[in-house]
Amino acid sequence: MTAPGSVGTVTPQRAHFDAPLTLRSGGVLPAFDLVFETYGTLNASANNAVLVCHALSGSHHVAGTYAHDAKSLGWWDNLVGPGKPLDTDKFFVVGVNNLGGCYGSTGPMSLNPATGKPWGAAFPFVTVEDWVDAQARLADQLGIQTWAAVLGGSLGGMQALDWTLRYPKRVRHGMVIAAAPKLSAENIAFNEVARQAILTDPEFYGGDYYAQGTVPTNGLRLARMIGHITYLSDDAMAEKFGRRLRHGEHKYHYDIDFEIESYLRYQGDKFAGFFDANTYLLTTKALDYFDPAFAYDGDLQAALARAQADFFIASFSTDWRFSPQRSRELVFALLHNRRRVTYAELDSDAGHDSFLLDDAHYHAALRAYFQNIEV
Amino acid sequence: MVHLQDVRFDHDVIARWVPQGARVLDLGCGDGTLLRHLMTVRGVSGYGIERDTAHVVECIRNDVPVLQIDLEQGLAGFEDAQFDAVVMSQSLQAVRNTEGILAEMLRVGREAIVSFPNFGYWPHRDSLAEGHMPVSRSLPYQWYNTPNVRFFTMSDFEELCAQRGIVVRERFAFDEDREITIDPNNFASVAIYRLGRAAA
Repeated sequence: MTAPGSVGTVTPQRAHFDAPLTLRSGGVLPAFDLVFETYGTLNASANNAVLVCHALSGSHHVAGTYAHDAKSLGWWDNLVGPGKPLDTDKFFVVGVNNLGGCYGSTGPMSLNPATGKPWGAAFPFVTVEDWVDAQARLADQLGIQTWAAVLGGSLGGMQALDWTLRYPKRVRHGMVIAAAPKLSAENIAFNEVARQAILTDPEFYGGDYYAQGTVPTNGLRLARMIGHITYLSDDAMAEKFGRRLRHGEHKYHYDIDFEIESYLRYQGDKFAGFFDANTYLLTTKALDYFDPAFAYDGDLQAALARAQADFFIASFSTDWRFSPQRSRELVFALLHNRRRVTYAELDSDAGHDSFLLDDAHYHAALRAYFQNIEV
Repeated sequence: MVHLQDVRFDHDVIARWVPQGARVLDLGCGDGTLLRHLMTVRGVSGYGIERDTAHVVECIRNDVPVLQIDLEQGLAGFEDAQFDAVVMSQSLQAVRNTEGILAEMLRVGREAIVSFPNFGYWPHRDSLAEGHMPVSRSLPYQWYNTPNVRFFTMSDFEELCAQRGIVVRERFAFDEDREITIDPNNFASVAIYRLGRAAA
């Protein structure tokens, strides 16, 4: 039984690309695969396609469930489906796992054709621009010349923004949610602590742990715990956990005293059980390097001059990772370039994670925006 | 709510004053009705500014580009003379920082158009003479639930403009659906002004 509003059971697909892809880092992938999912139907004029870009730990599995696992709900299932704000009765929605990922697209765990062994540490650095280039190849293969919209939250929002700059004619609406035009020093600092946790784990072996049969679980777990703190707000943590004690009293030990410790350990363990440490490293670097204004001496207005899309920008009041101020920078730089911009600054107590939740106003804004996209 | 007919009158006057194809910023744009009207009849482009999330969603539904910004923060981020006209329909009385927002409107826009309820309207004076705060079509709230925070007459407003080097380029005052030309400070319930900066 398919739940109302659900896209139902979905199956990932794989696209293979033979032409080499030259990356910003100078590296070259002689060939690559992208794993993706689609929901809804591409119409005859192929003008109803929406690309959903994932953030740090996301994947191509945006909506629906897998046949073998009822709990495998897509990461943005509350948004995407028949009758949902991103309505699959109207739109053809595409989710894709990015290069360097660990969910099936070519990444550090894939075999390096030159050696026949996993790429590991030798996998080249990938950037947001590279991801967008790879996604453009997928669009070509799917027969999508122009996206009705490219949408993403956080790092996904950066890809949506980059699409409007790299392929201005191929995006009608750039939808950038809970993102920033570049990371702050503080953002990079958190990423660096996370990376150091992985890089200094004795099980990491310089990134070639596959060959050693080890996994840098401790490092990855710590990295996720640090990251998780930045996804929540002080308010949300206070409300969810406060200073609540596991045993009702202070135990004077390093096991769990406070419930927040239990939560972070659980999140860290869970994540370290399935995510790949090399992918985590590469992805945090892609975040750090993202800065479309870098080639324009830091002039964001000049960097955005190429964009031709309309924009939907949204931020959340308690998001301190990418605060509303960071979205406003983007809004005003787009206004300078006379783009058609809609900006929602939403009240939410859930911090950066708000973009994944289904706050009524947030989803109403997205629904209304999608309804006015012509197909 | 401000009376619907007043709103229509207000919007028609603003549409006459806004040049064809102008770039317009509409402060306190509500559900975007005015901007949509200006887009339709004058081919303008621009944005609405609105604080209230429910209104923001209505604007999006009405296909009006809206920016969710609290006007009490001023218009920081907007550039000098970025718009041909900055409009504020029936909202000036609800903004605390009156002087600041007027200055900002004339920084960001080449012109400013503002409309507001005239506190000097004779029925308002009668109410006060009888010992009560006025409640009328243009001031429909009770003193304890009004969103308005500034109460001023047309004369008060014109005095402020004169003091701050703001030139009144055009003025239109009305009551119900009639233009008021004689003693509007007494006989008009709503006033609309087209404002500019004195030439340097």
